[in-house]
Amino acid sequence: MILQVQEVHKRFGGLQALTDVNFEIAPGEIMGLIGPNGAGKTTLFNVINGVYPPTKGQVVFREEKITGLPPYEVARRGLARAHQVVRPLNDLTVRENVMVGACFGRERLSLGKAAQKADEALAKVGLADRAGQLAGSLNVAQKKRLELARALAANPYLLLLDEVLAGLTPSEIVGMMDTLRNIRDEGFTILMIEHVMQAIMSISDRIIVLDYGQLIAAGKPGEVAANPLVIEAYLGDPDMTARLMAE
Amino acid sequence: MNAWRQPGFWVSFLLIFLAGVAVLVLRQDTLRETAFTVLMFIALASSLNILMGYTGYVNFGHIVFFGLGGYFGFYLVSEMGWPVYLAALGGGVLSAVIAYIIGCAVLRLRGAYFALATIGVNEAARAFVSNFEPFGGSTGLYVNFAAYDRYGGAAHALWFTFILLWLVTLAVVVTSYLVKRSRFGLGLSAIREDEDTAMVMGVKAPQDKTKAFLISAFFPGLIGTLYFFKNGNVEPDDAFRFQMSLEILVMVMLGGKGLLLGPIAGAFAYERLRGYLIISPMFKDLHLALSGLILLLIVLFVPGGVVGWLRERLPHYRRWLE
Repeated sequence: MILQVQEVHKRFGGLQALTDVNFEIAPGEIMGLIGPNGAGKTTLFNVINGVYPPTKGQVVFREEKITGLPPYEVARRGLARAHQVVRPLNDLTVRENVMVGACFGRERLSLGKAAQKADEALAKVGLADRAGQLAGSLNVAQKKRLELARALAANPYLLLLDEVLAGLTPSEIVGMMDTLRNIRDEGFTILMIEHVMQAIMSISDRIIVLDYGQLIAAGKPGEVAANPLVIEAYLGDPDMTARLMAE
Repeated sequence: MNAWRQPGFWVSFLLIFLAGVAVLVLRQDTLRETAFTVLMFIALASSLNILMGYTGYVNFGHIVFFGLGGYFGFYLVSEMGWPVYLAALGGGVLSAVIAYIIGCAVLRLRGAYFALATIGVNEAARAFVSNFEPFGGSTGLYVNFAAYDRYGGAAHALWFTFILLWLVTLAVVVTSYLVKRSRFGLGLSAIREDEDTAMVMGVKAPQDKTKAFLISAFFPGLIGTLYFFKNGNVEPDDAFRFQMSLEILVMVMLGGKGLLLGPIAGAFAYERLRGYLIISPMFKDLHLALSGLILLLIVLFVPGGVVGWLRERLPHYRRWLE
């Protein structure tokens, strides 16, 4: 198993953000993480990559406990993340942004090799012609791609993608999905949060569903979509929904 | 290494190198004194730039390292009879060690809180030294003239000190360039832009910030020793002038923070301007007000400083304006 999340709890003061979350990801797997707003998806990512320590429980990455390690130690062990709210390093060029990922990620490349790696990663996400531009001058869709390129350049064992499709127009989503499929075909293991259902259903091998900080369902995309608990979490009472639809 | 083929580095390096050569060839005492002050501020501003420009931590207490390192180096020269270059090195090392200790405590703070803490450090250092008897308390220390004899009398010692300062300034420029062009420097820029993201990407922010602080503090210790040795005395009010910290900060902002040439140009321009204002009857008490005004205008209208502004205006010459 590449990642094991075991009995993870996270509490912020009076708010129980995560309760007893358990799941595992096998190498090469694409795992989708879905759930209504505020379910704790991003918090779960923060616990996995060391932004916050869990209140209780363990995170095991490639057979090593990484619970409580600072994020840079987690990154160096081969876990890279693309943020939901894009956070480019504005005053650096696009290439330099991606080089940070390559220099300080799993492989810790030298500057020269990192520049090469950065150009490869930028080509994969379709930003090659922007490499010399300042990252602050990109538009939202391009910044999303930059986030992805930075994470890829680290050549991680596991990629955490937090809503890389959010805020994109339908045509941009189609383009981004192609990019994601190519990344999948290269053999990266991915854990991704997504709200665009059609997208996540088509790309994931398995899906887990978080609601009010608890995992309420797990399984193949088709099973999860048909699960009454999941429908209830998203739409409310399924019987009620059916009746309303009938009327 | 293609880093050495960057014209931007050679512009900065040769400017200082040739200025020093010119002073040595002309051999005028007044020119040497002016050049000493200008080089000193170039070196102080460039070393501050490593923390402030590259890493994004605004330090109002840079002069603490100049004062403490200078005091310690002066003590080594004058009381312990060390040669001045070794004493200067001792001053630098002490400053770096103190930076490490202070860094562990205050580098956890970010933004305005860090800046405020550095003001406190300056006042604490002054109060400590004013009450520290081995350093002469509030009256300070006077040089033991035997220390000058080693170099063939005071006149020769002054020239020797100038040469040392010139070499230190060149060393600051080389170091700052190497930091900027390294993986470490890329990590520092990432910290400056967004520290949390930098950490998520694998940059060891706490360690790297401390390293940057330490390098930034080492040079003022060297420079302080040379400056007080040249002056022949050191006292708390001279060593911990808060106003000097502010002026160094203005120099970095004026020239352009984060650039190699920025602090050099800023220090030169500010120092020449101040030299003119101090002797002009109309402005002689107003130069600080003017530096405040400069800072305000720079922050509001040209945040990249003069060199940064030129880089934007003249993209073809960007390689020369590193």
